[in-house]
Amino acid sequence: MKLLVIAVSAALVNNVVLSRFLGLCPFLGVSKSIKTAAGMGAAVIAVVTVSSSICSLLYDYLLVPLDLVYLNTIVFILIIAALVQFVEMVLKKKSHALYESLGVYLPLITTNCCVLGTALTNVQDSYGLAESVVNGFGTSAGFCIAIILMAGIREKTQYNNVPESFKGMPIVLLTAGLMSIAFFGFAGIM
Amino acid sequence: MSGIIIAAVVVGGTGLALGFFLSIMGKKFEVPVDEKEAKVRELLPGNNCGGCGFAGCDACAKAIADGSAPAGACPVGGEPVAKQIAQIMGSSAGAMKRMTAWVCCGGDCEKAPAKYRYSGVQDCSVMPFLPDGGPKACTYGCLGFGSCVKACEFDAIHVQNGVAVVDREKCRACGKCVAACPRRLIRMVPYDNQYVVDCMSKDKGKDTMAVCKTGCIGCRICEKNCPADAVHVNDNLAAIDYDKCKNCGICAQKCPRKIIVQRF
Repeated sequence: MKLLVIAVSAALVNNVVLSRFLGLCPFLGVSKSIKTAAGMGAAVIAVVTVSSSICSLLYDYLLVPLDLVYLNTIVFILIIAALVQFVEMVLKKKSHALYESLGVYLPLITTNCCVLGTALTNVQDSYGLAESVVNGFGTSAGFCIAIILMAGIREKTQYNNVPESFKGMPIVLLTAGLMSIAFFGFAGIM
Repeated sequence: MSGIIIAAVVVGGTGLALGFFLSIMGKKFEVPVDEKEAKVRELLPGNNCGGCGFAGCDACAKAIADGSAPAGACPVGGEPVAKQIAQIMGSSAGAMKRMTAWVCCGGDCEKAPAKYRYSGVQDCSVMPFLPDGGPKACTYGCLGFGSCVKACEFDAIHVQNGVAVVDREKCRACGKCVAACPRRLIRMVPYDNQYVVDCMSKDKGKDTMAVCKTGCIGCRICEKNCPADAVHVNDNLAAIDYDKCKNCGICAQKCPRKIIVQRF
């Protein structure tokens, strides 16, 4: 039950993009079509879930016993960077079209703060391995939901008659703000 | 002291382990890359700015390698990078001609007078809303309000005596003026070609004569005299095929309207 609460709260209530404002770069950059957005979401889910489990293991069994907790940021970033490289390799081999459409945003998952943010929150809230994995999965699923919703809206606004001064990024940021307000409704669940 | 060593060992060890993992996986998931593509990619600046219109330097390198983009596709690298890429790609891709824009109208204030006086918004783009498409009597000629001047980022176009003129040295062939001209007067001409037809009027000779002292009347004298078969008249307008033109200048000498001009 506790795991379910963690997952739901990570995905919806404390949505990583819309209420914690992490990972905005790919959220705005790769949300032009639902297909690439879903690809990005899937890549982030893979990276965050795996990285939060490895980070949690390393933290509990390496950093804490050796009293090196202050090194957590640098070690986590190492792991995340390696994982992103790995995901990039796999995507390049298995799904070249997706690799191309994600373009420069794929290596940028490394600097996507939602990945490091999740790993650090796991440590801060002293989650165990299972809780970390669930939290990681929930958070990245939240990212996936947000980016796919955004892509859906953007695909529609393309056909709308947007005033000249709001064309392009401004209307996207406005949309993000409205979505963020809507997601505050989930706070009532908890 | 030992704390520092342990910290260094832990971070170094983690990095090393991950490095091993990545190199093994790199071999396992290796994707063969075109040799040319890799070389071209090395030459590109690598800041993934997207100025070339591709998703990043990798995508641009790929397009250059398979021939869908020219050797000079990267605007940041400019000429030095383009030359090196052309070497890799062989001379076929390297034989890129430098192009410059040219405003195809020689009808300045004296030669092509205005029909009426206009003192409204000074921009070519409003002209289609005016009677007869603007004050100029010729409905093809340069309006001289300088939409192209505003579009140019290199200060290469200026309006002189009512007609826009491109500075051949400053022009970088970005094509912004071509898109900005509502009368579609601006064409790309090879940098080395001396002679151009300085007119876009497709009116019959008599109608052109009525509105412009110099406009092309489609008399075909240039076509008959060209030794290289490079000039042809279509729709009452002479056009030079720059691939065939030998820069002999006979057409310019023979032109009764002096509308085939020597650029430099």
